[in-house]
Amino acid sequence: MLKKMSYSFPEDVLEHVFSFVTTHKDRNAISLVCKSWYEVERWCRRRVFVGNCYAVSPVMVTRRFPEVRSVELKGKPHFADFNLVPEGWGAYVYPWIEIMSTSYPWLEEIRLKRMVVSDESLELISKSFKNFKVLVLSSCEGFSTVGLAAIAANCRNLRELDLRESEVDDLSGHWLSHFPDTYSSLVSLNISCLGSEVSFSALERLVGRCPNLRTLRLNRAVPLDRLASLLRRAPQLVEFGTGAYSAELRLDVLSTLDGAFSSCKELKSLSGFWDMVPAYLPAIYSVCSGLTSLNLSYATIQSPDLIKLVGRCLNLQSLWVLDYIEDSGLEAIAASCKDLQELRVFPSDPFGVEPNVSLTDQGLVSVSEGCPRLHSVLYFCRQMSNAALVAVARNRPNMTRFRLCIIEPRTPDYLTLEPLDVGFGAIVEHCKELRRLSLSGLLTDRVFEYIGTYAKKLEMLSVAFAGNTDLGLHHVMSGCESLRKLEIRDCPFGDKAILANAAKLETMRSLWMSSCSVSFEACKLLGQKMPRLNVEVIDESGPPDSRPQDCPVEKLYIYRTVAGPRFDTPTFVWT
Amino acid sequence: MSIPLQEHDYIGLSEISSMEKVSCKISSSPSSSSSTLTTEENTKNNTTTTTTPTNNNNDTSLNLKETELRLGLPGSHSPERKPALSSVSIFGKDNGYPLSPLKNLVSGAKRGFSDAIDGSNGNWVLTMNGKTEVDFTKGGVLYSPRGCNLQPCVTKEVDALPQSPKPVQEKNKNKVSASNEHSAAPAAKAQVVGWPPIRSFRKNTMASNLAKSCDDAEGKSGGSGCLYVKVSMDGAPYLRKVDLKTYNNYKELSSALEKMFSCFTIGQCGSHGLPGRDDLSESRLMDLLHGSEYVLTYEDRDDDWMLVGDVPWEMFTETCRRMRIMKGSEAIGLAPRAVEKCKSRD
Repeated sequence: MLKKMSYSFPEDVLEHVFSFVTTHKDRNAISLVCKSWYEVERWCRRRVFVGNCYAVSPVMVTRRFPEVRSVELKGKPHFADFNLVPEGWGAYVYPWIEIMSTSYPWLEEIRLKRMVVSDESLELISKSFKNFKVLVLSSCEGFSTVGLAAIAANCRNLRELDLRESEVDDLSGHWLSHFPDTYSSLVSLNISCLGSEVSFSALERLVGRCPNLRTLRLNRAVPLDRLASLLRRAPQLVEFGTGAYSAELRLDVLSTLDGAFSSCKELKSLSGFWDMVPAYLPAIYSVCSGLTSLNLSYATIQSPDLIKLVGRCLNLQSLWVLDYIEDSGLEAIAASCKDLQELRVFPSDPFGVEPNVSLTDQGLVSVSEGCPRLHSVLYFCRQMSNAALVAVARNRPNMTRFRLCIIEPRTPDYLTLEPLDVGFGAIVEHCKELRRLSLSGLLTDRVFEYIGTYAKKLEMLSVAFAGNTDLGLHHVMSGCESLRKLEIRDCPFGDKAILANAAKLETMRSLWMSSCSVSFEACKLLGQKMPRLNVEVIDESGPPDSRPQDCPVEKLYIYRTVAGPRFDTPTFVWT
Repeated sequence: MSIPLQEHDYIGLSEISSMEKVSCKISSSPSSSSSTLTTEENTKNNTTTTTTPTNNNNDTSLNLKETELRLGLPGSHSPERKPALSSVSIFGKDNGYPLSPLKNLVSGAKRGFSDAIDGSNGNWVLTMNGKTEVDFTKGGVLYSPRGCNLQPCVTKEVDALPQSPKPVQEKNKNKVSASNEHSAAPAAKAQVVGWPPIRSFRKNTMASNLAKSCDDAEGKSGGSGCLYVKVSMDGAPYLRKVDLKTYNNYKELSSALEKMFSCFTIGQCGSHGLPGRDDLSESRLMDLLHGSEYVLTYEDRDDDWMLVGDVPWEMFTETCRRMRIMKGSEAIGLAPRAVEKCKSRD
C-alpha cells in the first residue's frame, strides 16, 4: 500500500515538502532514502555546505546540485589561525569561483572560511553573478582593497559584505567610494579587520542612503567623534561596532554620542571598542538594557568600569571580554546576567610570565553557578583545579562548547599538583551534550579514557601538550562516536593509534597532528591503504624521505575526500 | 581487521635493529604479529632500561620540541614530555643523531615510556574494552608516583622563570623549519609557536595595546607577543610570514630569510652563479645584496618602501609592516629615501 503511494507521489509535492527541510544534515539524509528522492532533492537543493574544500571538487558539486543559490566553503584547518599552517598550503577559492561562474549564474551567497581569496576571485564574483547578495569572508586572506572595489562597483544587489577577521591588503580606503550613488540595498557591512582609514564621507553617504542597514561594524581607524553622525544616519541599526573608542574627554562630544546611541532603539549588539577609555563609557549606558551581545574583547578598561557596564546589561546573552574582568567582574555577571549563554574571556597579556590580573578558576565557577543558560565557554586563565572543573561540570550539564586554555602548557591542578584528568573527566561525564572541547593543563592518558568513554556527542576536540602514550589517542578515536574534527599538537602520540583506527578517519572530516611522533612510514602506509583519505605531510625542513625512517613528521593533516589527491600542493606538502 | 595488526608490527620489531628500515617490518607476516609484539616489547623494555642514562639521541627535527620545553631547567625532569621523546629514541637510538642542546630529555623519560609499554600490554589493540581498562590502570598507577616526584620540578620551574624573563624569543616556526640545526640557549622559557592559541589579528592588536600601556623593563620594544609580517619575494610562488620579535638584529633576520627563501633561489643558482644551498652562509643575503641580485626592502607605516638595514633595529621592528625581496634593479632609488627618513626622524 505504502509502496504504491510512493510511486504515485508527484515530484512537485515532494519538492514542496523538502522545501521545509533546511539543515544540511537533514537534506543529506533525505537524499539517501531512495533514488527518486535523491533526484528530486538534488534539483531543489539551494544551499550547499562544504566543510573541507578539498573533500570534493567544484565540478562534482555543480554536477550534482544544479540549482544552488548559496555556497559555504571552509578551507584551512583550524590550527591555521595560530600560524601552524605555512603560507601557500592551499585552500584557494578561485577554482570554485571559476566553475560556479558558469554553472551557477544565479548564485546569491558565498560564505568562505579560512580560504585564500585573490582579487581575481573577487572580480570574477562581481562580474559573474547578477543577483549576488551575500559575501562573507571569515578569516580569509589573499585579497586587497582592489578586489573589494570590484565588489562594491559591480554587485548591484549586494546585501551583505562581511570581512570578519580576514587579512586584507589594505592599499587605500577609497574602495568604499566604488559603491554607486544609486546603490542602496546594503543590510550588513563588517569592515572591522581593515587597517587603514576608509573614506569617511563615502561611508557616511553610504550609511545614509541604505535604509535597511542593520549591521555596521567599523574598523579601528574610525575615530570616536565620527560615530554620532553615523549613528544618526542609521537609527535602525541592530548591530554596531565602533572604531577606536578613545579620545580626550569633551563633554559636548560625550553628550552628542550619548544622544546618538539613545536614538538607536533597536540596538542589540555592540562591538569594537579598541583602546577604550572609561570616560566615554556613559555614552552607551542608554542601550545596555537592550543588548543581547557585547564584544569587549579589545576594550582595555579595567574591572571596576567593566562591572559598571555589564551590570546594566541584564539581557546579555553573549559576552566577549578581556581578562581585565577578573573574578570579581565574573561574580557580578553571575549575579546580573541571568540570560548569559556564551562567555569568552581572552588574555590581555598572554605572553607575560606573571599574571597581570586576578582572573582564576573562581571566576569560571561563579558564572557556571549563576548563569543557568550558559552553554558555550572559551576561557583563558593561568590556574585551574580539578575541583573547579568538577563544580563547573555539575553546575552546567547543559554545556555544549567548553574550551579552556591554561596559558602555561602542562600546568597541573594548582591545589593538589595533580593532572587535570579528573576535572575534564567530570566535564565530559556530566555534560552529555558536549559538542566541542579544548583541553589544556597537565593531562595524562586517563583524561582521554574519560573522553572516549563519556563524550559520545563530541564533534570537535583540540588537544595540546597532553597524554603519555598512543593509548590516549586510541581511546578518543575508538570511543568518540560523533567525532568529526580532531586536532592535536605537541603530544606523544605516534603511529599505533592512528593506524589501528584508520577506518575511523573516513568517518571524520579531518585529523591534524603537529609536533607529535608519527613517522613518515606510517603516513605512507595510511595513504596507500586508505584511498579515500588524503594524507598530507607538511614539512618545511625538506623531504621526509631524506631523514631516517623513524623520524617523526612535523605536521600531518589527514582528511577524507572523494576528490582524490589535490593538484595544488606546494613543495612542502608530501602526500 | 588484519590490517591494523600488521601495522603494529613495527612497534615491537623496531627494537631489533633501529637501523633496519621499517618497511621491512611491514612486510612481515601478519599472523605472527600479536605474539611477536608481546615478546619483543618485553625484550625491548629490558634493552631500553639499560641504556637509559644521559641519552640525548634526538634527531634534529625534534629540536623544535625540545627547545620548546619550558618545563624545568636543563637537567630537570619533564615526565609528560618524555614518552614522546623516548618513543622516538627507541626507534632511533643508535643512529648517532647529534645531541640536542637542551638536555631536558633525561633518563626518567624512557622509564616512563617503557613502563607505559609494560602497563599497556601490546595486545591492547586486539582486545578492546576489557583489556584496555586493565592496561590503562597499570599505566595510570605507574604514572602518578612519578607525577608526584616531579611536581616539585614544575613549581621550581615557575620560580626559575622570572630569572630569565625573555631569554629566548627566537622560537619562530619559520626559523626552525628553515634551519634544522636551530639551537636555542638553554632557557627556562621559550615561546612556543601558535601558543597560547590566539588569532593573529587579536595578538597584533593586543601587542600594540601593551606597547602603549606598559613600560616594563623587559627590554624589548612592543612589550610582548609577536609581530608577524609578510615577506614576499619576486618570483616566488607564495609569500612567507616571519615574526620580527624573534630576531634581535638584522643579521639574524637576514640569515633566517635567506634560509627560508633559498629554496626559491636554488632554481636560479646556476644562472646567477650562486653556490648550492648547503654553502649558504649567514651573510649570504647581504652578499646577494651586494651582488645586486636581490635586495631586501620593507614597507613602513607611511607606505613607503625602504631598504632594510638603514634604520636602527628597534625602529625597524616598530615601523615595518611587510617586507619584499626584490630584484636589485627595482630597488634603485630606495636608498636615498631611507637616509632622508632617518634624518627626519632624528
